[in-house]
Amino acid sequence: MSALSDRRTLRYPPAEVLSPIPSVLIPPDNPDTMLINLGPNHPSTHGVLRLVTTLDGEKVVGLHNELGYVHTGIEKNMEQKSYWKAITYAPRADYNAFFANELVYCMAVEKLLGLEVPRRGEWIRAIFTELQRIHNHLIFLGTGSVDLGGIALLFYCFRERDRVLDLVELAGGVRMHPRYAQVGGVAEDIPVAFDREARSFIKEMRARVDEYEDLIGQQPIFRDRTRGIGVITPEFARQMGLTGPNARASGVNWDLRAHEPYGAYRELQVQPIVFDYGDVYDRYLIRLHEIRQSVDIIERALDGLPSGPWIADDRKVVLPPRHELHTSMESLIHHFKLVTEGYRVPAGEAYACVEGPRGELGCNLVADGSAKPWRVHFRSASLVMLQSVAALCKDVLLADLIAILASLDPNMGDCDR
Amino acid sequence: MSARADADALAAGLADATVSEALGEVTIDVEAAQIAEACSAALEAGYDFLCDLAATDYLGFGGEGVAGYWASPAGAGARDINHPASSGLGLVVRPPGTKRFALSYQLLDRSARPARRLRLRTWVDDGEPVPSVVGVFPCADYQEREAWDLMGIHFSDHPHLERIFLPEGWDGHPHRKDYPIGGEPVQFSDEV
Repeated sequence: MSALSDRRTLRYPPAEVLSPIPSVLIPPDNPDTMLINLGPNHPSTHGVLRLVTTLDGEKVVGLHNELGYVHTGIEKNMEQKSYWKAITYAPRADYNAFFANELVYCMAVEKLLGLEVPRRGEWIRAIFTELQRIHNHLIFLGTGSVDLGGIALLFYCFRERDRVLDLVELAGGVRMHPRYAQVGGVAEDIPVAFDREARSFIKEMRARVDEYEDLIGQQPIFRDRTRGIGVITPEFARQMGLTGPNARASGVNWDLRAHEPYGAYRELQVQPIVFDYGDVYDRYLIRLHEIRQSVDIIERALDGLPSGPWIADDRKVVLPPRHELHTSMESLIHHFKLVTEGYRVPAGEAYACVEGPRGELGCNLVADGSAKPWRVHFRSASLVMLQSVAALCKDVLLADLIAILASLDPNMGDCDR
Repeated sequence: MSARADADALAAGLADATVSEALGEVTIDVEAAQIAEACSAALEAGYDFLCDLAATDYLGFGGEGVAGYWASPAGAGARDINHPASSGLGLVVRPPGTKRFALSYQLLDRSARPARRLRLRTWVDDGEPVPSVVGVFPCADYQEREAWDLMGIHFSDHPHLERIFLPEGWDGHPHRKDYPIGGEPVQFSDEV
């Protein structure tokens, strides 16, 4: 990228995988060091992450994460519900990227059922995947800049975030966990007004992203605090399992939307955005660029939105249309059976994955042939990325630790589930 | 080469490995003692990225009323944490000859076009140690700790096998199928 060809001085050497424990920076045996607990109730920990740090002066010499403060047993809960009821749980895990979670679960169920999603359903899903990517990145930019002392951007970002939630509400009925993705497609067609509202949002968002870039990208303090620190090499990203924007900021050309396209991305042709430096500044900037990219994808998806049904027409899986219940006995029976008993899914194991805003979001689903999932396991990008915090923060200043942690964009609901 | 042919070539170098293909996903089942070896071999074969490690408890799989405790032969009693049926095995019968837990390692080769995915799966009994793959894929660190914490899989040479989500001293592994639900014991009550 041209913006990144400028020279930067490396303030710390690129991170290397720690040994013997990859996720723990073992403190030296030195009585002059001080143990500091960052979190769990600290504004810069993005939820309830606790970093147990050992400081030598202002330098971080020991670090490990304590997780699990928001572990709520979402995966276990999903095993107790029938397949269609379990969809409700999935978005509660990663509450910022809610749509990706429900989508990946639905995709795993569809894989086991062998269910085809109609084209319009796929395209609407793509629109909402991108909307929640913007939603997530806006929260990242806002809270991330607060961590570095820039309060203003938070309010700007949350202003636009509200517009995204308005669009979600328009189509899904509620603002944050709409349970809009369904097995077989989406719950409802988008309303007539959606196209107009979405286009006005696109227009506004384009202008706003430029403002954000001026606000942080050209801000001397922000640049000084983020450039040349927390450098991730492609090899480090591979070994520590980093995916998504964190890996792409380090020159890893890997985006599931482009390289393993699913749904509407087979037709939408996404070009991955790849930066080459891999420091904190790049990880901020790449998300700004991804907002622009998502806006473009939404516009193209609106332009080419196919007509037709938005959910599969399999009455053994999908609820019949509401109006049929008044006229058709069969539909009423189907409705009753689906709601009370749910549908049975053939036994097997399936792994589905989507490009979530934090990287690869996967769902490993085991079915036993009954109406409830036997085992649901989410591949949480946040859990995986938090392992690298210790390696990235070796011998950095405490203030830089805050910047590095924020730049990874972990979400504790996603991590702990 | 297709993903299936790659997997066949990979499995040929491992003892007692079987290859299966379902839903467009290729799975190699390997012996638990061989999992680290299998991961190294897969790494050399180009599968250089570990995406996911999922542990599954197959206790009672395929039995009658398999969809959770509410329909198990132990009936409503299994909801009660103090009921004898709530502890240990024997809630529902599982097919003979199978081990209880499965560990699914999702591997990915990003350099191939199209990219290749491979599931390495291994079956273990309760308490049976599994070699850790942290030496091959460092990102398995937290994922193995998660499998230990929630499912009680013991990884024999993991450098730091501690509970990751639940507090130290928690009783049991909640993602197991015989972990009682519908009630929760009072934790840490002995400290008062």
